[in-house]
Amino acid sequence: MRNRIVAHIFAANRFRIKLNHMRRDIFQAIADPTRRAIITLIAVHAMTPNAIADNFNTTRQSVSKHLRILTECELVKQEHQGREIYYSLEIEKMKEIDKWLNQFRKIWEDRFNQLDKVLSTIKKQRK
Amino acid sequence: MNTLLFDFTVDKAAKTVYIKREFAAELSLVWDAFTKKEILDQWWAPKPWASRTKVMNFEVGGRRFYAMVSPEGQERWALQKYTSISPKTNFKMYNAFADKDENPELPGSEWDFNFSEQNGMTEVNIIIKNESLARMEKMIEMGFQYGLSATLQQLSELLPTLENK
Repeated sequence: MRNRIVAHIFAANRFRIKLNHMRRDIFQAIADPTRRAIITLIAVHAMTPNAIADNFNTTRQSVSKHLRILTECELVKQEHQGREIYYSLEIEKMKEIDKWLNQFRKIWEDRFNQLDKVLSTIKKQRK
Repeated sequence: MNTLLFDFTVDKAAKTVYIKREFAAELSLVWDAFTKKEILDQWWAPKPWASRTKVMNFEVGGRRFYAMVSPEGQERWALQKYTSISPKTNFKMYNAFADKDENPELPGSEWDFNFSEQNGMTEVNIIIKNESLARMEKMIEMGFQYGLSATLQQLSELLPTLENK
């Protein structure tokens, strides 16, 4: 039984570490509109930096900088094909963002379940 | 209880959260639950947090100033200013985190509540528009804290039962 408690606390700690890590990483990555647009582009298929840059009114250097940040955050991966580098999306990493958002969903779920109880109590009192 | 409709969507690009929920009660009662502090404080905070409303005047230009209080007594203040009210149909407010002296931390978010009734069931639609992604991130982070403390609360309830074994 004690082991189970330790495991529980350990899991909570690990989760917190992961949260800090994600705060620095993923949200920085998606906080920028150009980076979000890049994510949307390469979600469809892998693209070279030049092909990505063609979609934006910005310099190739600027796109490279965004791609570097996305790569550092592990949101995109690179693949070499001959002399070209292709960028594609790390779907699993994007799912982590959703997992985090689900925590937020849970709050509303709990909140509304409490409201259900309050409403039924008031209804009984009125009868 | 589980059959009640619940929809929760986050549009990250638009920094908007959409929440839809059905309640097994008539509209006027649900409306009261969202607009009267005595009822709001009974359900607004996810357990083990408690909601404590210090000031609330539900009128256009009015406000609700309240705290979420943790079991350890930690307070998280927020300020909600009512910008529009159509009784028993819709109300809008501007929500911001605040310090204990009611100074808001801007930017905040715009909340839009819609109420409708069908066959004795009330549907509530909530749209939360954040001014910045950082704001949305903070809102989610707060939510995460509540979630984590709920987990720890469950653990502390579990501990005594384990000790008896």
